[in-house]
Amino acid sequence: MRRKLNAKLGILSLYVAIAISIGFLLIFIFSIFYKGSSVLSWSFLFSAPRAAMTEGGIWPALVGTFWLSFLAVLISVPVGILSAVYLNCYAQKGNWVSLVKICVNTLAGIPSIIFGLFGMALFVNLMGFQVSLLSGALTLAVVSLPIVINASYEAISSVSGDFMEASYALGASKRQSILRIMIPTAMPNILTSVILVTGRVAGETAPIMFTAATFFNRQLPRSVFDEVMALPYHIFALMTEGTHADQQVPIAYGSALVLLLLVLLISGSALILRYQLRKKRQW
Amino acid sequence: MKKLYDSLFYLITLICAVGTMIMLAGIIISIFNEGLPLFRHVKIWDFLFGTFWYPTHAEAEFGISTLIVGSLVVTLGALVIAIPLGLGSAIFISEIAPAWLREICKPLIELLAGIPSVVYGLFGMALLAPMIRQLFHLDSGLNAFTAAIILGLMVLPIISSMCEDALQSVPKALREASLALGATRWETITRVLIPASRTGVIGGVLMGFGRAIGETMVVLMVAGGSAQMPKSIFQSVRPMTAAISAEMGETVFRDIHYQSLFAIAIVLFIITFGFSLLSETMGRKR
Amino acid sequence: MVKIKTSNLNLHFGQNHVLKNVNLEIEEKKITAIIGPSGCGKSTLLRTFNRMNDFKDDMKISGSIMVGDQDIYLDKIDLSHLRAKVGMVFQKPNPFPKSIYKNVSYGLDIQGKFSKSEIQAKVEESLCAAWLWEEVKDRLHSPAMSLSGGQQQRLCIARALANSPEVLLLDEPTSALDPQSTARIEELCVALKQRVSILIVTHNIAQAGRISDYTAFMYLGEVVEYADTSQMFTVPKDKRTEAYLNGVFG
Repeated sequence: MRRKLNAKLGILSLYVAIAISIGFLLIFIFSIFYKGSSVLSWSFLFSAPRAAMTEGGIWPALVGTFWLSFLAVLISVPVGILSAVYLNCYAQKGNWVSLVKICVNTLAGIPSIIFGLFGMALFVNLMGFQVSLLSGALTLAVVSLPIVINASYEAISSVSGDFMEASYALGASKRQSILRIMIPTAMPNILTSVILVTGRVAGETAPIMFTAATFFNRQLPRSVFDEVMALPYHIFALMTEGTHADQQVPIAYGSALVLLLLVLLISGSALILRYQLRKKRQW
Repeated sequence: MKKLYDSLFYLITLICAVGTMIMLAGIIISIFNEGLPLFRHVKIWDFLFGTFWYPTHAEAEFGISTLIVGSLVVTLGALVIAIPLGLGSAIFISEIAPAWLREICKPLIELLAGIPSVVYGLFGMALLAPMIRQLFHLDSGLNAFTAAIILGLMVLPIISSMCEDALQSVPKALREASLALGATRWETITRVLIPASRTGVIGGVLMGFGRAIGETMVVLMVAGGSAQMPKSIFQSVRPMTAAISAEMGETVFRDIHYQSLFAIAIVLFIITFGFSLLSETMGRKR
Repeated sequence: MVKIKTSNLNLHFGQNHVLKNVNLEIEEKKITAIIGPSGCGKSTLLRTFNRMNDFKDDMKISGSIMVGDQDIYLDKIDLSHLRAKVGMVFQKPNPFPKSIYKNVSYGLDIQGKFSKSEIQAKVEESLCAAWLWEEVKDRLHSPAMSLSGGQQQRLCIARALANSPEVLLLDEPTSALDPQSTARIEELCVALKQRVSILIVTHNIAQAGRISDYTAFMYLGEVVEYADTSQMFTVPKDKRTEAYLNGVFG
């Protein structure tokens, strides 16, 4: 009887664990939607903040986040894929590859605030880019690089060696086989991770605090050397700076809802894509 | 021509890979380069174990023990929440849930991992903190306890997905063997599955620790921010990441305060680096 | 004496009718072999006797199975108790990643009603009965994975014996083993029938001929023929049995 009881209680505790986890998620998302939707409107999306952040919208922050993420991914994706190709196809298997992989994994485990400090020391100060869109995008590119490399490496490794052999047998060189067979075959999987990385990058705050983001800027960036507003930083600033909390908090909720929708949309589409690909996969 | 392009392509991939390593080296070099000069003015011992963090006073003091303790309290609190919930969810998804429920639960937990940290911070600040304040009759809801809850929920999906992978890698034959010997499902889970997947579970916990101690926005917004030794978990703390991010804006390039913040980053880096190496070797053993 | 009796046993997995009207009477303390081509439902039949099919979500079963004088598909049946009483050994040796000793004591440990010395005695006795004691007595606490494949399978038998089962179900227990280990397990089975009733699923016809007292031939979910082994192997009644025994299909 005691065994039966233990088993019942044990399994029950698992139900409790999953219920708390998912219950929290639902409360979380519901509360952001509930509080955020009251300020959401077209003019909120497409106008600039006014009256010391107590009124107006988030358009400059949206544009800033778009450019930051776009440029970061534009830099990290080619570099990441090519690094993965090197690791997979050219590097001697053994110590050298495991060293590079340890570096990549270490890079992935570094707290984002340290990336922010690094970006500030290197891009802002040493290279003299100042606090700018460029410094922020470069910093975010470094943040996303290990994720892109790991994902591409996995995707490329899963391409069957038979395809490559067939390509060699037809007289293609290694480069041609990689560019025409290997990468295209791995592309759908790489693409999924690229989308996921974009979502992650768009939501990062700590790396851009000292490299790109500004609290308030009515203008849209005109060059990569301008400071920009960014949605995540905007939320943080609304909550911690300024003196009109009662007017700023609703705007923060609205911004959070937009950011959340953006990120969920991006990662949701990646998940759907992955699901579709798994179904279609034929080799 | 073809040969030339082949070599060129090889060279480009090599440059990218080496560039990645240089980036890592660059990160390490830059934080050490900016942080180490502090120790010309402050002894390492006083820095690590000093209890006063007054970086802007006329008689400035740079003891970060309160910051380290702040980080540890919040991180361990987060793990106390995340380990049972994460492991429990993983076991539920992997062992108990029928297929249709698993298909719902798994992406939902993954969703939890995709939410930007600043949104967690907002939730903690604007919603959870007032609730905690009322519930426990505190002066402020921005304290180590609230931060630990939020941080725990952020770390939960990491622990959950690592544990689930580990459980999935246990052969089905072991489950059957245990059940066929008369063990209940629960006995099979606790006596066979968890022991068999323990390296993966521990790896997940280590990874969760590394992630939690390095998390910035949540502790910056929710932990309260006073650099004091907490006497209870309901007191305000200033974890290392919060100190760096809150104070960097006030510093002047390469003044002593700036250097001290980079020195904190060195400590943080060494801790997280240690943990990622540890979880890496755990994974290797498997 | 009849140990197991199935009446009008039918089993579905979703739309698949896997077992069709199975009526069998398994004799106590004999070896009964179940043979037939792959996919004929022989493993599924074996797994009905300790209800290991219960974990499949879409399983439906009707009819009854009596083990001794118990209908094992009643709701009030204690599955843990049933599975201790009806032991099972699987196709591939599947020792737990624990020590040899812990593997054998597992079933007793979870019951939680035996003292340490009782467990110790039972472990030794079971290992002896599975002819493994001499080989492992000096390294009881080394990992079970360090044993050879044949030893691992005998460990799995010892593990089942420790529960003092009345019936032992063997699901192609030698298909992953080399000929020598196979011979040893076959001899062991014959020796074990003094203490337990044995049901063995095998696709090795010669093996069934060597060790079993009775044989059931299954085809497409039905028991086509069930008889004394020597009789079935010399004068099969059904055309399909004859064809299978002669290697026409399989």
